[in-house]
Amino acid sequence: MAEFVIKENIISSVSGTAIPKPANDQNTDDIIPARFMKEITFANMGKYAYCDERFKDGKEIPMHPFNDKKFRGGSILVAGVNYGCGSSREHAPQALYRYGVRAIIAESFAEIFAGNCASLGIVGVTATAKEIASLIEFINNNPSEKIVVDLVEKKVKYKSIEAPIEILEGRRRAFLNGTWDALTILQQNKEGIKKVKETLPYLRFE
Amino acid sequence: MKWIFGDFMSKNTLYDKVWSAHTVGILPTGQTQIFVGRHLMHEVTSPQAFEMLRDRKLSSPNPKLATAVADHVVPTIDRSRPFKDSQAEIMTAELEKNVKEFNLNYFALNSDKQGVCHVTFPEQGIIWPGQLAVCGDSHTCTYGAFGALAFGIGTTQVSHVLATQTMAMEKLKVRRINITGKIGKGVTAKDVALHIIRTLKVNGGVGYAYEFGGEVVDAMSMDERMTLCNLAVEGGARSGYVNPDNTTFNYLKGKPSAPKKDFDRAVNYWASVASASDAEYDDVVEINVSKLEPIITWGVNPEQGITVSEKVPALDSFSGKAKEEALDAFNYMGITGNQSLIGTKVDVVFIGSCTNGRLSDLMQAAEIIKGKKVKVRTLVVAGSAEVKMGAEKLGFDKIFKDAGCEWRLPGCSMCLAMNPDKLIGNQRSASTSNRNFKGRQGSPTGRTHLVSPYTAAATAVEGMFADPRKYL
Repeated sequence: MAEFVIKENIISSVSGTAIPKPANDQNTDDIIPARFMKEITFANMGKYAYCDERFKDGKEIPMHPFNDKKFRGGSILVAGVNYGCGSSREHAPQALYRYGVRAIIAESFAEIFAGNCASLGIVGVTATAKEIASLIEFINNNPSEKIVVDLVEKKVKYKSIEAPIEILEGRRRAFLNGTWDALTILQQNKEGIKKVKETLPYLRFE
Repeated sequence: MKWIFGDFMSKNTLYDKVWSAHTVGILPTGQTQIFVGRHLMHEVTSPQAFEMLRDRKLSSPNPKLATAVADHVVPTIDRSRPFKDSQAEIMTAELEKNVKEFNLNYFALNSDKQGVCHVTFPEQGIIWPGQLAVCGDSHTCTYGAFGALAFGIGTTQVSHVLATQTMAMEKLKVRRINITGKIGKGVTAKDVALHIIRTLKVNGGVGYAYEFGGEVVDAMSMDERMTLCNLAVEGGARSGYVNPDNTTFNYLKGKPSAPKKDFDRAVNYWASVASASDAEYDDVVEINVSKLEPIITWGVNPEQGITVSEKVPALDSFSGKAKEEALDAFNYMGITGNQSLIGTKVDVVFIGSCTNGRLSDLMQAAEIIKGKKVKVRTLVVAGSAEVKMGAEKLGFDKIFKDAGCEWRLPGCSMCLAMNPDKLIGNQRSASTSNRNFKGRQGSPTGRTHLVSPYTAAATAVEGMFADPRKYL
């Protein structure tokens, strides 16, 4: 099989401090309200991340984890069940990425959001409710401690703890061999694409 | 509700057949490279995708497999150009430029084909059984009503589809949902969908495609099936579908972009993609709707719904994290546990969207509003130019205008308020749309309750939430 490794895109682990955001069913309207999506580039999305939760009457709510000084600079977001549900807007993971998020550990992800994260190089992994609860407690007590999301060993590591994480094997491999930006590998199989196009009956119905 | 769990994998379902027919190969990562037979686009999630193509000096090899329309940011009253909102103008002009440069099909703004993407594309006959259809929009699952395998994708994936006609994906599991019983008077597909979501929860469908079937679905019209499939994603399922049958084929016959010369051949193919009688599912659930009544959501996600006879659940009925979330929803929505929503005043009623903006939805609303006056601001927004023309032919525009409603031009309008149609402050709305998320209707403190067109109309007439059945 052809080798499609793009070396500089290899992501085998993400390490950094973490941001606790444990609620379940956080939707992409929470992450970025639709009224901020009227720009034709993603450039400014970072400053809109969780905008309606972070500000009230133009004033910053200091307790919000995206404002709280102790979590500033965090690159690993820790969330609950069904993270990123709702709209397919890539503006949501773009906003998180531009805010500085490089990995998300959640109990589960909404499908479209998870796919969007993968195509941006944001590592999304899942852990059990119990592991998430322990991790959240640890982060709240030790906000400046580094967390490591290790895709090779499939573990999240902090202090002396190593907890198991899950990720779709295809996605894990895409990060490990640097092909998460799928366009390059999708372009390779021109013959295969042509064959499906020729065999699908409905493309020729008149 | 009845569950049947198996440790089997889905086999011989529509999902399996369509997936397999569109499989190009297995990528080095183990993901499947899947061919996209219909690519639908709108102005909000596409500009960056075209820019990515330009950056990489790529063209689109199959431009005629893509169709675009502007719907999210377009104003629903004054369409003169340039739009007053310069961002909306730039975004719409960008789509117009891109479809021209890449030679894609386009339903122009002031043409008789413009509308909310998920209303106009099916109505024009572009969506067929057995297609694999994608759009940078989560409600693409609407097209599952036709027996297409359809789902929302992100903007980077839009660029992949434009450049290669394929994308990288993992296969979903398939859950068969049998909807049984006899649906009561005044209960609609919207209520059935909201009931499924509150039963299986907003995250119940994560990892699944939903196959909707059973006697209730068999008897549904295409419009009703579209409403049902539209809300699959609100239950966590990226895709939802109904097996194609005579209702599907009859709907497509004669539609502008449906097959003409090959119609019979097409029907044979379409029938062949339906789940086989011996199809196997990852799991099966039965939901009986005989006792279902119209539903109104009380909270900030679509599973937080009660029927018109029920009361908002008491805070003490929740525990742990769910209790915190319920309290947060109560505070945001300005309601309390144990209260009834019937009789609660609303400020705005919105009738429209890709969920309930079709002619049959407007017909239901008109049935109740006819000859009465609305007590609150009521926006009625046809889902497409064709729906609007159809409604005007039947005199619905006059019924709505005489009652004091606003009769507006087709667009997404107040479903997500990327246009001038917005809630103000903490206004409370009864909305036929699909999401009651915080801030969804344009005000960061706005309060949205999801309802059917019947319930919306009855609520408009009374100025407070009302059981529509007394008007039917």
